[in-house]
Amino acid sequence: MSNGRFHIAIVGAGPAGLSAAARAAHLDRERNASAPSYVLLEGHGAHANTIQRYQKGKHVMAEPGYLDLRSDFEFTAGSREQVLDVWGGNLKAQHVNVRYGAEARKISGSRGDFAIELGSGERVAAEHVVLAIGLEGNPRKLGVPGEDLPGVQYHLDDPDEFEDETIVVVGAGDSAIENALALAKQNDVIIVNRRDEFSRAKDGNLHAVLAAISDPSSRLSCLYGTQPRAIASEGGRMVVVMDTPEGERRISCDRMICRLGGVPPRAFVEGAGVAFPNARPEAIPVLSDRYESNVPGLYIIGSLAGYPLIKQAMNQGFDVVEFIHGHDLEPADHPLLEYQFHGLPFEREVDELLDLFRRRIPMFAELNALAFRELVIESNVIASYPSGELAMHAEQKMAALEQRLGGREPRPRCTRIVEEGATIYRAGDFGTSFFTIVAGEVELRAADASGTVTRLTQGQFFGETSLLSGRPRGEDATAGANCVLIETPRRTMLKLMNSNESVRSGIDWIFVVRELTRHFVPYARVRDLRDIADRVSLRQYRAGEVVFREGEIGDSLHIIRSGGVTLTRKAGDAQVVVAEMRGGARIGDMALMGDPVRRETATATVALETIELKRPEFLELVSRDDASIERLQREASLGATVSAAMAGRPEIGSVMSFLMREGLGEATDVLVIRDDLCIGCDNCEKACAETHEGIARLDRSAGSAFGDIHIPVACRHCEQPHCMKDCPPNAIHRAADGQVFIDSSCIGCGNCEVNCPYGVIKLAYDAPRKPSLLNWLLFGRGPGPGEEGHYVPDEAAKAKGKKARKCDACVDVAGGPACVSACPTGAARRVSPAQFIDLVAVDR
Amino acid sequence: MIHESLLQHRNRRYLWWAVGLVAVSFAVYAVPTGSQPRNGGTWQGYLLGTVAAVLVVWLAWLGVRKRRYGLQGSSVQGWVSAHVYLGTALLVTATLHAGFQIGWNVHSLAYVLMCVVIVSGLYGVYAYLVHPRRVAQSRAGASREELFADLFALDADGRRLAEACDPEVRVAVESSIARTQLGGGVWAQLTARDGSRFVERDATQARGTASAPVANTDQTAVIEFVAARLPRATRRVEASNLQDLLALLTRRQSVLRRLRRDIQLAAALKIWLYVHVPVTIALLGALAVHVLVTFLYW
Repeated sequence: MSNGRFHIAIVGAGPAGLSAAARAAHLDRERNASAPSYVLLEGHGAHANTIQRYQKGKHVMAEPGYLDLRSDFEFTAGSREQVLDVWGGNLKAQHVNVRYGAEARKISGSRGDFAIELGSGERVAAEHVVLAIGLEGNPRKLGVPGEDLPGVQYHLDDPDEFEDETIVVVGAGDSAIENALALAKQNDVIIVNRRDEFSRAKDGNLHAVLAAISDPSSRLSCLYGTQPRAIASEGGRMVVVMDTPEGERRISCDRMICRLGGVPPRAFVEGAGVAFPNARPEAIPVLSDRYESNVPGLYIIGSLAGYPLIKQAMNQGFDVVEFIHGHDLEPADHPLLEYQFHGLPFEREVDELLDLFRRRIPMFAELNALAFRELVIESNVIASYPSGELAMHAEQKMAALEQRLGGREPRPRCTRIVEEGATIYRAGDFGTSFFTIVAGEVELRAADASGTVTRLTQGQFFGETSLLSGRPRGEDATAGANCVLIETPRRTMLKLMNSNESVRSGIDWIFVVRELTRHFVPYARVRDLRDIADRVSLRQYRAGEVVFREGEIGDSLHIIRSGGVTLTRKAGDAQVVVAEMRGGARIGDMALMGDPVRRETATATVALETIELKRPEFLELVSRDDASIERLQREASLGATVSAAMAGRPEIGSVMSFLMREGLGEATDVLVIRDDLCIGCDNCEKACAETHEGIARLDRSAGSAFGDIHIPVACRHCEQPHCMKDCPPNAIHRAADGQVFIDSSCIGCGNCEVNCPYGVIKLAYDAPRKPSLLNWLLFGRGPGPGEEGHYVPDEAAKAKGKKARKCDACVDVAGGPACVSACPTGAARRVSPAQFIDLVAVDR
Repeated sequence: MIHESLLQHRNRRYLWWAVGLVAVSFAVYAVPTGSQPRNGGTWQGYLLGTVAAVLVVWLAWLGVRKRRYGLQGSSVQGWVSAHVYLGTALLVTATLHAGFQIGWNVHSLAYVLMCVVIVSGLYGVYAYLVHPRRVAQSRAGASREELFADLFALDADGRRLAEACDPEVRVAVESSIARTQLGGGVWAQLTARDGSRFVERDATQARGTASAPVANTDQTAVIEFVAARLPRATRRVEASNLQDLLALLTRRQSVLRRLRRDIQLAAALKIWLYVHVPVTIALLGALAVHVLVTFLYW
């Protein structure tokens, strides 16, 4: 610290900030510094606030297992308490210069001269700033005098801690309601709502809070249209002055819990001058390969920089401080890249290769080095060799590496060696990864009647259709000679698309070109369509939104990019469903071929994206010599015939609309139970539990029914699985046959459970092993097969922590899903969307 | 056609197997036995008996098969379908094996037990084919848990409404809720017998006199009680409360009817298993003795 200015100010004492501060402390010790050259600022009263707020005993995992920890702080998987204790001990032992209750309100300046304004009004000066504040943001304060009194809390750890107190809960969101309901079990609770209703709450919470408020026997009451104006402390209790619709009111209470949501950190970060690539809420600030933002001297690490895992964040904390001190070092994940590049036919350094790859792929050229590095680390690298000696040699090289790694578990990703001509994927496979060609050639053979073969070379990419639409691959992909591919998982790709405009537009554009080729001009070359592809528009619709209406004059057609559409026709007063269309299908094409009047109303069944093609572009396409106009006309006639026939069978339509209401418009594989065959034996659930570590992943008796068709609560393996959206360790995958499953690297964070709109994922401890069938049958050892859904987890299971469980459609069982094969009466069947219509067939 | 019933399974494949078994059994039976009377002691009898005994053991094995959940290769529905058809055919094979001889001995005991098992099984097939649709209709899309949740919510609302009424109504409604009967023993479940009662206290009765609860089958008595008080209400609030209470009690009545029907159907779906399974075990014992005795007296 020179003339009152720190060398480094670290904001946020989470894993990233702690590790950064520890490194700075270490470097100080090395230099025998008399005073700390850094300061760690934490807005809350303790370190790692997010982890402090986990439920008691929650297991904290240390994924990814193959990444080494590089930090002066220790970290291994363990319970929340263990992890926090270890860090607390580290903080003390290493004399880290931390200031609690020092919430940063504003950061200004640049390298050499930063000023951090704290909540108390004090200013901290620093030469460098490391932002490690995470994504949760600070809780919103009341903004009235007395808001920081000791009895005013902005979060609640354990509602059972308080008994027979009078507690005022401020807020109308879910967390306020949940806190109020939990506290009202043994306290008098007054929930203060600024508005006249609880409009932001989830349905379940809404019903529960309204029931409790109207129930005279409950200890919960509510003040609507009320806002606190001031809080004062009087003789150990607090007096809150409220503005109510009836005028001022004073309430004496023991405690106030304020749940007013968080202030997202973005505004704060932008306030410091940091640029984000776009306005999307998921966007990540642009950073250099040394985590430096566009503001010189201001570094961003941890989840705010797009790294949600604890170990990554801690490694970055270490590295960033070394960088600031001018030390050059290879990042901790450097060896991972070495393994991934080991089998490539290039003898070059990792960094050189990264740079070469990035320059070879035009779409990634603009990407910053850090983002590209991250992309490669999360990807698979595939290299093809001509069969024979070369391939063998490469295999041997990889085998040697394998031996060197010595069966390390989990195994880090290494180069995948394939022979020239090997299949990368087949048409009909479900796959969500995205391929970029770094060298060599790849052949794509369309699976439709045209069988068109496309050869792609260095710098091009493929697999975007499945990535964007979630539907199976539409072509066979074959590796050419000496090709090098980067296969990037969907989550990584989506993250990149959300934060990089050029990647997004590049992928969108090639998607349009390939869809136009497939639908209209199978033999056209990409450059022929460049112009038209720029003129068509991508459209987005919310579920339930109308794309076009029956009776309108249409001047465009839509190609469904993702989601689904229900086509209905008017029959008397009712709307009859005549078709259900999915990704890749065309709707409304008749309007451009003969009959301009829309004969159906098209409604988005789920969130929908389409490519809209207007008449001029359509005419331009079909006037080309290679246009398949006869096929288009044939398909349009067929569509019209099917619609007309379906309009005459409203019973099918009503079942279809039920299925669409249930969200099956995005399903690929649904468990359907015929209630007129189901005897309620629950053998399906038992079989599921018995084949999946004792935990059933379906709930037969729950779910909705229409006529005899019952959709139980079970995974429907969505086209674009909601659960895969935000999985920190990337543990959710899709098998080639479409099954969405969770692997063993799950960290039990619960994101998938929250993201699944169908409630089919749950977190559970491992279940104890059951005695064998014979043991049960002959010696009465229980529980027997299929018995008992409730169990007490043993200590080992508790130590391992809860993990997410969902249906994997028995992906590795040869006999197919156990729920179906165990059904004694044939009531349970798994059904694909193409079979929906057959559900209505009455003849059995 | 995605779903098929266990009788339709695979185009009734096992029906034809069963028909074949019956035909072969008759063919074997038709072979002249020479001087011996037609019974289990002839070679024809031994042949049919062996087939029947193996079949019995295989049919009983279903209990094990359906609990081996991870097993691949065959579906439980296929097993059940074969179980039903071949089990029915067993009646013919075993009868022909016995040569229509029956007496007071362990052999006939095995035969009778087998008949009991098969007849209870036939009822089971009937129940499995007919009741599920009735269950679905009676629940009308709700699960039993949801119906119970509805009932408990109505109970709570009913108690709250009753509190605002005069003591007679309050006692009537509270006692009708407290003394509502659902389910019970096997017979009560199967017949959907309703032993609900409630306490009817007349306003003219002296305070403090205990009143015996009276029958309130299907909740009709308490509904009539509340309805009868409606025209005699003197205040508007009272009338409005009684109207609400009446609406609630009739809703509660319909939920109770559905629950009772659901319990009845679930019992009908299961009751036969309490005969079928234990008698099967007894049959296996009797069969073992039958075979042993046969060879002892060879």
